[in-house]
Amino acid sequence: MKALLIADHDNNHLSEQTAKALSAASQLGAVDVLIMGHDCTEVASQAACLSGVGRVLLAEHEALKHQLAEPCAEAILSIASEYQAIVSAASTTGKGVLPRIAAKLDVMQISEVIEILDEKTFKRPTYAGNAIQTVQSNDSIKVLTIRTANFATTENAPTSAEVVALDITLGQQRSVHISDKVSDSERPELQSAKVIVSGGRALGSQENFNATILPVADKLGAAVGASRAAVDSGFAPNDWQVGQTGKIVSPDLYVACGISGAIQHLAGMKDSKVIVAINNDEDAPIFQIADYRLEADLFEALPEITRLLS
Amino acid sequence: MKALVAVKRVIDYNVKPRLKSDGSGVDLTNVKMSINPFDEIAVEEAIRLKEAGKVSEVVLVSIGSSKSEETIRTGLAMGADRGILVNTGDPAIEPLAVAKILKSIAESEQVGIVIVGKQAIDDDCNQTGQMLSALLDWPQGTFASVVDIQSADKVLVTREIDGGLQTLELDLPAVVTTDLRLNEPRFASLPNIMKAKKKPVSKVSLADLGLPENFIEPRLIVQKTEAPEVRQAGVKVADAAELIDKLRNEAGVL
Ligand SMILES: Cc1cc2nc3c(=O)[nH]c(=O)nc-3n(C[C@H](O)[C@H](O)[C@H](O)COP(=O)(O)OP(=O)(O)OC[C@H]3O[C@@H](n4cnc5c(N)ncnc54)[C@H](O)[C@@H]3O)c2cc1C
Repeated sequence: MKALLIADHDNNHLSEQTAKALSAASQLGAVDVLIMGHDCTEVASQAACLSGVGRVLLAEHEALKHQLAEPCAEAILSIASEYQAIVSAASTTGKGVLPRIAAKLDVMQISEVIEILDEKTFKRPTYAGNAIQTVQSNDSIKVLTIRTANFATTENAPTSAEVVALDITLGQQRSVHISDKVSDSERPELQSAKVIVSGGRALGSQENFNATILPVADKLGAAVGASRAAVDSGFAPNDWQVGQTGKIVSPDLYVACGISGAIQHLAGMKDSKVIVAINNDEDAPIFQIADYRLEADLFEALPEITRLLS
Repeated sequence: MKALVAVKRVIDYNVKPRLKSDGSGVDLTNVKMSINPFDEIAVEEAIRLKEAGKVSEVVLVSIGSSKSEETIRTGLAMGADRGILVNTGDPAIEPLAVAKILKSIAESEQVGIVIVGKQAIDDDCNQTGQMLSALLDWPQGTFASVVDIQSADKVLVTREIDGGLQTLELDLPAVVTTDLRLNEPRFASLPNIMKAKKKPVSKVSLADLGLPENFIEPRLIVQKTEAPEVRQAGVKVADAAELIDKLRNEAGVL
């Protein structure tokens, strides 16, 4: 089986999500990696270094600069017939484009794969991770998004794979990119961080969130997460939301502060290696899955932790 | 322009799903069912667009058993104008088939915008809107947190993406999928619930839409459905100092 892996990147850096999706794709067979973007040869070189990559296909085009779903789908479909599997991380880019490929090829996509049993059998979570389905696909081409929290990253290979430039022609575009508002912070990304400190509704305001959660995160070199309630209330930006409908994470250490532990939140973090919960309600559901429970007022406990770590 | 909104009847988001002991799936007997929360946001958005004079009519469609009529009535009580129930019976229906049915309705109704939830909280697929957009060859604005119709042929959509927010300008007609922060759905008032009972809901079969029966047959064979591994509750620590000590010397994560 030959698989085509769609890379996630920002025209400069290959995302670690792709290295994780690659270890999933490699279980299916030989893997080519497709880079779609503009002025992104650097990304192709990074992909070429990953172990298990057959070829790197580089599709550069002005219209692919922001990796909008429609032109990306067009580019993928132009080469899809050479592959038996089209794979991507379940990132917002992957989730946006792969269902278009599946629809055009008339196959059913398998979303958020957490385990590959064989070439056509996969495990995937449903009902916020409360029901794990084993599904078999008999479609001629498998279209899969990978839940990267469940796969290790691929190491670098001793030699680089060949990079092949593709000549892409695209039709008239009816989606135009206007602007991005991305937080460029020095912090690690949520999905690749070893440690995550998350805050919930209990923080009460953005000021409190920043003054209480961020210092601990800084001390731990951690990424910062948030519950939906904290994001909805404007304490934290949308891209910090962890959960069923936000980001799925599995760090070595997850510290949940003032988060009750709704199933939608647990769905995003319960595969973390060690979970700490800080909550002043002894009956908070989050305590049922926490390795270490600290029953305390977070406004006292977190500054204390920050002080002790200094 | 007409707006088409798809609504799915799913397990209520407050209910913890119970698995059948034979591994055949989630037990939904006597379980509270509701409108998929993302679809509720889609209905709200379409109604707001109508209130703002950007949309002339809000048409709801639900695909499933006859019980899905309740889901349509929920949206009608919020303020949508009429419903279409595509009766496909009890079996779960996959996003690919749903997208094909929606395509047929979007075309026959000649709608200017389709708004659907980004995912259903039961199958968690996150596929239907994108598939529909591809099948119709219309632009897509997924994971929307702002939908701003500029004119009869342009809409600005702000999307929640992994790195933050992204704004796109799409030609209409287009397909939009909703994210959590697009709006806060209204509660239906009692008079509106009563009024909704009289709003028209047409019931159609696949044959009425000119679609063959076999086309909703699932492509994926669900071999089994099992519970995830359960995590055991751990230990209680007395204070911050003990916590740090345990993380450092017991868990080894600091
Ligand atoms: C369709 C849908 C999708 C969703 N997706 C997500 C998702 O992806 N991610 C997500 O997180 N949620 C999601 N939710 C929301 C989820 O159901 C919960 O509403 C949300 O997770 C609650 O956030 P919270 O725990 O911060 O707030 P709450 O449930 O209000 O909990 C606050 C906690 O803080 C504790 N507390 C209060 N004061 C203090 C103090 N001083 N010190 C210590 N502890 C304190 C309280 O005891 C309580 O346990 C979704 C919901 C729906 C319907």
